Amino acid sequence: MRFHRTRFLPITAAGAAAVTILAACSSGSSSSSSSSQSNKKPITIGVSVSLTGDFSADGQAFQRGYNLWASDVNKGGGILGRQVKFIYLDDKSDPTQGSTNVQQLISSDHVDMLFGPFSSLITGPTATVAARYGFAMIEGAGGAPAVFNTPSNKARHNVFDVSYPIVDQYDPLTAWIKSLPAGQRPATAAYPIVDNPFTIPPEQRAQGQLEAAGVKTVYSKVLPEELPNATSDANQVAASGAQAVLLGSVDVPTVAAFMKAFQQQHYNPKILAATAGPDQGAAFLKAVGKANATGVMTANGWYGGYDNPQSKKMVQEYIAKYGGSPSDINSDVAEGYSVGQVAAQAIHATGGTNQAKIIQYLHSGVTLSSVQGPVQFNSLGMNTKPVIFVFQWQNGNYAQVLPANAAGSGNIQFPKPNWAG
Amino acid sequence: MGRELYRAIVDGILYGGVYALMAVGLTLIFGVLDIINIAQGILVVLAAYLSYVLSVHLHLELFLGLLITIPVMFLVGVAIQVLFMRRLRGRERTSMSLLASYAVMIIIEGILYLAFGPDYVQLNASYVTSSVHVLGFYLPYIYLYGFGLAVALVAALYLMLYRTTFGRSLRATMQDQTAARLVGIDINRVAALAFGIGVAVTAVGGMVFGATNAFNPNSGYDLISRLLAIIILGGMGSIGGALAAALFMSVTEAIVDIWSPTWSVVVFYAALVVVLTFRPQGLFGHREARAQ
Repeated sequence: MRFHRTRFLPITAAGAAAVTILAACSSGSSSSSSSSQSNKKPITIGVSVSLTGDFSADGQAFQRGYNLWASDVNKGGGILGRQVKFIYLDDKSDPTQGSTNVQQLISSDHVDMLFGPFSSLITGPTATVAARYGFAMIEGAGGAPAVFNTPSNKARHNVFDVSYPIVDQYDPLTAWIKSLPAGQRPATAAYPIVDNPFTIPPEQRAQGQLEAAGVKTVYSKVLPEELPNATSDANQVAASGAQAVLLGSVDVPTVAAFMKAFQQQHYNPKILAATAGPDQGAAFLKAVGKANATGVMTANGWYGGYDNPQSKKMVQEYIAKYGGSPSDINSDVAEGYSVGQVAAQAIHATGGTNQAKIIQYLHSGVTLSSVQGPVQFNSLGMNTKPVIFVFQWQNGNYAQVLPANAAGSGNIQFPKPNWAG
Repeated sequence: MGRELYRAIVDGILYGGVYALMAVGLTLIFGVLDIINIAQGILVVLAAYLSYVLSVHLHLELFLGLLITIPVMFLVGVAIQVLFMRRLRGRERTSMSLLASYAVMIIIEGILYLAFGPDYVQLNASYVTSSVHVLGFYLPYIYLYGFGLAVALVAALYLMLYRTTFGRSLRATMQDQTAARLVGIDINRVAALAFGIGVAVTAVGGMVFGATNAFNPNSGYDLISRLLAIIILGGMGSIGGALAAALFMSVTEAIVDIWSPTWSVVVFYAALVVVLTFRPQGLFGHREARAQ
């Protein structure tokens, strides 16, 4: 329940107009750019993104990923000799506003391409609008089944998620739990789930998998998305004494509220994982503190230390531009960057921005590359070659720990260390 | 189940104290000035950020920091009243105050975004994460302190209103501004001070809010609907009513939350509708509060 969904767009200089144009920088940096190239019409990409509202931290991280990609592309002479230009509209973390924005981007701003917003909640409705106009919706944060299973996507097949399908998010974690010796395996588990298309599918899948392995469910509730006070629910989880807590969260404050309440209740589960929040790098540490973060896990398709040449290059560029360390980088940055990479490969391959050709190409079974690893789409636009890792915060480092046999996976801290206080 | 119920009631009472801290300023401002201050949510967040700056950058203990944040918030309140509210006259001033305070809200939110960005932060102190064990329950110190502060603040405001000359001026202004002006009360001064005090007490609510929740500049939106509901239920202008309504809201939500978290919020608002059907002036209604 909230008073008003309207948000003020305060960050960007063009905030009041809710329109930010990234006049893609430094075309002159490429000596190979000919005058004919510079005269070519830029490729205009429209994005409805959450610059304000509940998802503003994620939305702004996504925008950084998009901008970083555009900067790289334009430095290299653009795509097919055309510079890349973004038009951003703030959806204020509201699906209805997102749909309105996409309508405006297509029919009024006449963009050449659409990139996705943040979260499944907003991607679903905006992709439906895009389908109406025959636009591909290439996105990186709409991995819920609800996004792929819309009637419009089943009819037009216009959704392409470059990240992993979120329903499988906890698979490496549950596989590891099941592999533990019976004496070490958590006997009980709790599933507090914030009501969101992003959280419910992986939580329910994980619950089913663990129950089948004999892990008893002692708490499983869907909490309202606009959670007024998570402490009450966190206290119930603490009272349940669950040895593993798999929190279905969409943001940092929910995770922070649960962690704080657990500390207050002197409750420390053996395993504490969350669907989202811990993946936000420095933003997560800032909210919960470095010491208390240790042991907290999440699953994702990318992290700052990912052993991938494209990823390493992006990380270097990000740090050069924004500072910090690889662990500080929000995974949304990589998801946004990957969207740009996949779109660029499709434009190159089809020789332009004809949406029908791009949709056909992306459904051709071709394997594309991104900073998150390989991308290949099935008929509904899910990435069939996703890489899913489990990460754990360890003394301020965001460490890859699962799958156990995957390159780059280190030791998992189990059981989770006690709270630092 | 019995233990869960007790737990919910205790939790509800403690959380209610935090909401009361945030709502008393709102109801005071309405009571004196007939102004609905939509900016109250963002003022809570502003106060939380002030405490954050003092704590992180000056290493000032949170409660000690109130010695600075309360006067600062008082000045912010006076400035808002002088710059935005004073010009509102006539019968439309209450509805116009919605627009004016909305403007204040987006200005403050924009400034906070520019200063702090969208990342969430929290206030930290040893008593924020620690608790005391009483009758089988762990009671977090920060909520106990928050509840104690809420009761103390309501008592202090009550004493100010009913035991001081300034309080008499305030109440006279609440009852009839024209008559108050005729007996020599400087209405503008009283209004500025009342607004300042209303915002100043928010400094306390903001500090406790920031210690119990991660917040960013956007967090005020989630607060304002609940704060308005509290002061409407308690009776707009009634300071004690704000405390009672905050407790009622939190306890109701915590109890229903045992069975259904989804319904916990709905039940409070349903109860609000029922109460207002039979007592449009709220639990401790407008007229009764002013007639004391």
